[in-house]
Amino acid sequence: MGVFFFLPLLLVLATSFASRGTYGGVEWSFSLTNYAAVADPLYLKIFLHSLVLALVATVLCLVLGFPLAYYIARLPVRWQGVWLLLVMIPFWTNFLVRTYAWIFMLRAEGLLNSLLMGPGLIDKPLEVLFSDTAVLIGLVYGYLPFMVLPLYAAIERLPRSVVEAAWDLYAPAWAVFWRVILPLTKPGVVAGCILVFIPSLGAFITPDLLGGARSMMVGNLIQHEYLVVRDWPFGSAISFVLMGLVLAGLMAYLRTEETKNKPGEER
Amino acid sequence: MSRRRVWLLGASLADLLFLYAPIVVLILFSFNASRLSASWQGFTLRWYRLLVEDNALLAAAQNSLLVGLVSTLVATLLGVCAAVGLERVPFRGRKLVEGALLLPLVIPEVMMGVSLMLFFVVVKLPLGLVTVTIGHAAFNLPIVAVIVRARLRKLDPGLEEAARDLGATAWQAFRRVTLPLLMPAVYGSALMAFTVSLDDFIVTFFTAGPGATTLPLKVYSMVKSSLTPEINALSAILVLISMTLIVASLALQRKELRH
Repeated sequence: MGVFFFLPLLLVLATSFASRGTYGGVEWSFSLTNYAAVADPLYLKIFLHSLVLALVATVLCLVLGFPLAYYIARLPVRWQGVWLLLVMIPFWTNFLVRTYAWIFMLRAEGLLNSLLMGPGLIDKPLEVLFSDTAVLIGLVYGYLPFMVLPLYAAIERLPRSVVEAAWDLYAPAWAVFWRVILPLTKPGVVAGCILVFIPSLGAFITPDLLGGARSMMVGNLIQHEYLVVRDWPFGSAISFVLMGLVLAGLMAYLRTEETKNKPGEER
Repeated sequence: MSRRRVWLLGASLADLLFLYAPIVVLILFSFNASRLSASWQGFTLRWYRLLVEDNALLAAAQNSLLVGLVSTLVATLLGVCAAVGLERVPFRGRKLVEGALLLPLVIPEVMMGVSLMLFFVVVKLPLGLVTVTIGHAAFNLPIVAVIVRARLRKLDPGLEEAARDLGATAWQAFRRVTLPLLMPAVYGSALMAFTVSLDDFIVTFFTAGPGATTLPLKVYSMVKSSLTPEINALSAILVLISMTLIVASLALQRKELRH
């Protein structure tokens, strides 16, 4: 059964060193030209753009998700289940449909613009759809639950007494958060960030529907190379660079996990 | 203290509003009589009626159902075997299999899509419903395995040992004691797998080939061609289906915890 995960991936790896056949197939050979081609400024720009969008989306999720996770973790236990369910339900509903919902909200004749134009707050429709802003909204909307769940798990384990002690010692609010709560919930923060960052970086539906041609991400580039240009080797090379970035993120995560588990090194 | 609580509650409610408002608006406007504008023009069921009359759409629904059922069945059978094997049978290369199982949960979906497509092309399996089903089974297997394995870990090993003490063979003990205790997790994860299969777009998109249209592919092509209220109606139906399935699945998994 591992066949269906490993073999295809190895195949992509092999293809990434091959070259494109005349009619779009794969001509088996070995060269690094595809990887050299990825270094073209045009493609590097798309990679950089994706990295920036994924990072900003991760930070936004953290900022939006932390109060929610904190609130849930401090609720009476029987209410926690209800709130967690409310956070999880959207995550399990059709991603495509949820992205479409934002097209419906954001397009020129969409709800947002009619709400703003109705009372005359703006006189011509805002062009939010097909922009980086729209992609960011879509990413944050799609992956916020990924942030809230690990944060909740970490905050729930944080003893109330520790936070209360900080207040009792007259720590200002920012210090309670920055020097007590945040360091003690760091594993949750890191896990949440990784869980949001990885799918954001490889996102396809969100930039495809909300970003259009103006906000292309790596996911779109891969799809474009595979299905439109039909240059499979080049598409494979891009996939592996993306995979490398994802693995780098995961390694960073595992390293923080390791230091956390080593006795004596804690804090 | 209470001012902080109010602030937290406010931020949390804003988050929930952000999560739910688009879905609610989408569903509301699937009943809107106006074809074009986002202003409310009265209640209608016209868009739903158009959906039912659309034969291509019904065929897509049929495909989705078929792919969902078969891939869930395959993923559940293999996933339970994988979970039991990893938890109860020591063998070499266990770490490798564990890694392979978690891989689909961390690699970008697009990559999963292109790698499966490439694989099917190289083994010369024509892209269609069969390849879509295999693809869905591949990403659903880890979901089932992870959930069932977690449940297996929580079981009291004494129960199985007691059965063995009383003369049951290993298979009998598994079949009559362990498996029945696992069933809520198996049903729960199967429902989850079915939901994910019904909702999947990316892997389907790459492995479908012409003719094998599922509901999400249909929604995608509708969104890409023109925005009509029919999409809202179809979306509303899909949202309600997955919400029902997922609440049922979570309820089943929760039930197991109360034993």
